[in-house]
Amino acid sequence: MTTTVEKKKILTPEIDAFIEKWREKPGNLIMVLHRVQEEFGYIPREAAFEVSSALDIPVAKIYGVITFYHFFKLTKPGKTQIAVCMGTACYLKGGQDLVDECERSLGVGLNTVTEDGEFSVEAVRCIGCCGLAPVVTVNGEVFGSVTTKQMSKIIDQFKGK
Amino acid sequence: MAYKNYILVCAGTACESSKGIALYKELEKELKAQGAETEAQLVKTGCFGFCEQGPIVKILPDETFYVKVGPQHAKQIVAEHIIKGRQVEELLYDKEQKGKSANEIGFYQKQKRIVLRNCGVINPEFIDEYIARDGYAALEKVMFEMTGDEVIEELCNAGLRGRGGAGFPTSLKWKFTKNIKADQKYIVCNADEGDPGAYMDRSTCEGDPHSVLEAMTIAGKTVGASQGYIYIRAEYPLAIERLNNAIDQSREYGLLGDNILGSDFSFDIELRLGAGAFVCGEETALIASIEGKRGMPIPRPPFPAVKGLWGKPTVINNVETWANIPMIILKGSSWFNRIGTESSKGTKVFALTGKINNSGLIEVPMGTTLREIIYDIGGGIANGKKFKAAQTGGPSGGVITEEFLDIPIDYESLQGIGSMMGSGGMIVMDEDDCMIDITKFYLEFTVDESCGKCAPCRIGGRTNYNILDKISKGQGTLEDLDQLKVLAQAMRKASLCGLGQTAPNPIMSTLNYFEDEYLAHINDKKCPAGKCKDLLSYTIIEDQCIGCTACARVCPVNCISGKVKEVHLIDQDQCIKCGQCFDKCNFDAILKG
Repeated sequence: MTTTVEKKKILTPEIDAFIEKWREKPGNLIMVLHRVQEEFGYIPREAAFEVSSALDIPVAKIYGVITFYHFFKLTKPGKTQIAVCMGTACYLKGGQDLVDECERSLGVGLNTVTEDGEFSVEAVRCIGCCGLAPVVTVNGEVFGSVTTKQMSKIIDQFKGK
Repeated sequence: MAYKNYILVCAGTACESSKGIALYKELEKELKAQGAETEAQLVKTGCFGFCEQGPIVKILPDETFYVKVGPQHAKQIVAEHIIKGRQVEELLYDKEQKGKSANEIGFYQKQKRIVLRNCGVINPEFIDEYIARDGYAALEKVMFEMTGDEVIEELCNAGLRGRGGAGFPTSLKWKFTKNIKADQKYIVCNADEGDPGAYMDRSTCEGDPHSVLEAMTIAGKTVGASQGYIYIRAEYPLAIERLNNAIDQSREYGLLGDNILGSDFSFDIELRLGAGAFVCGEETALIASIEGKRGMPIPRPPFPAVKGLWGKPTVINNVETWANIPMIILKGSSWFNRIGTESSKGTKVFALTGKINNSGLIEVPMGTTLREIIYDIGGGIANGKKFKAAQTGGPSGGVITEEFLDIPIDYESLQGIGSMMGSGGMIVMDEDDCMIDITKFYLEFTVDESCGKCAPCRIGGRTNYNILDKISKGQGTLEDLDQLKVLAQAMRKASLCGLGQTAPNPIMSTLNYFEDEYLAHINDKKCPAGKCKDLLSYTIIEDQCIGCTACARVCPVNCISGKVKEVHLIDQDQCIKCGQCFDKCNFDAILKG
């Protein structure tokens, strides 16, 4: 069952090809959702519906999976994504202070996007650079041994980019 | 062509994060620019383990160990070391180390590397380098010289136990699966390393992916399975890339796929990505996740070895367990079981982190003491602080206090003192760390990660967290302590899976060893470590303050007022208790308490 005839289709041809490759493999839903999120940064509602008809899996089941796993997002993240590591080593070395500092400088709490859509902040589990604790990543770039003072500088550095 | 020198550059996640890739490119450029391309071969390797000092460069054959190497040092390394044969002294880990090899550095002296044998030695992106280090020789042996029963007997004699935490004998799992008749069986590698503060499995997959593939293929041949899955965290992009690359190369070499090594045995491996759920480390939840469902555990038995993935018999082992297997097959069980203690054989990899001088990835024989790990390998507590406790087993484990520093570490000894081996996170805490705060941290984690299926875990965890939160704010009562214990017992007995059953461990362990700290929070409304912000205030000692304004300038919320050369004042209503003024003051004029 394909959805190619529908208008305003949001899944790209690349994702369609990916789904085709995985169609016959059992347990393919999570892999397909990963591919969708890779494309959009989150899983748009329309995409979930399209995946549903492509894989013949009920939308309810798809949302069950999306909401179960922390990795899958239902809202669009900011242009600049800040992730503060809250693994144990980073927590001991002041990870929470960095989260607080982000909230102070950006005026938004965890897992929310600033009004202008520029920044979003999330706390993540160990990213495995414990030797560099506390660690922050901004759009994937890793900053190690970050102090609260550096945190606000890092944010400034990405402002208006 | 043989090269005179080999330059090994760490390309693990931690070193890559500290500009390791830029360094590699710069070295490449300099070798070319200085006409030394034929003198030295540049090799991108897996993790050396000494992450605190990264990026790391090791030069063979003299085993010179350079630390904190930046791209700007590339020119000098090529000009001095490669061309003139002189060590670059300023980059040596320890200036005293001049002329000595890497293995003589304290960090490595007490380590024994079996699992990490190839990490930091070979380029994980080339199968030939793995093969050159006896890679796939164990598979060949299993294919043509051993029966399945012999393989299982060898693992049994070796005494290999699961490295994921529980320590179940690996040979038994394999035996159960082998002895069942089924049209399809599966092999699964658990690389869903969820313990915050642990990255052993990631480094192994990044630094030596073929060791996992080889071991899984050995298991496939032994128990009669034709398909394997590696379930790995999506948060580990580099490990995923290296594993995929390794799988492709193995297929090309006929080591995976149809008719392996020309035999009639076929086996293939596929990656399945996790999506950030700690509970998926539990094997029945992991199976549900591979099947594309919500990762919720189901009661055992039946165990996955009998009825697992898609209802078929499934062998599930953790990355570190897999990585041991080729070595056991090659060198024999009598070699392996000489290492370690009576009940726990071989080595254990730990991610040594926290308030320690040498953070990093270490591998030590079972039976090594915590004192050796913390002081000889870890170089002691950072900033001259006092050791308070080490935490093993992550959110399922407990603390180890100073009085137990000298017990030999193995599965049983750690359980005996209320902690557990766990998957290998070892977090060192000093006098500034509050046990209530850290317990609350772990509870927050397990509450967040609870799948919500069974009530003891879902409700018990939340209630315990709320009590801890109350205590950390100075609102706890002595009855709360009893309540914590009652709930902890109920969760242990009645929870469905390992997550809920072990979630109260941090509470029981800290209550046992640090009850006085709980009492201080409850009775005196004080946090002795000065960590719980609700029980903390910073004030300026009038007699000591000289009015240098340093504190006011560093305060992020501008709540310190006062003129130059006059006593300053902290506005308690606005203070966010970040402690920056306390750290900044050079005159001990700020009182924390």
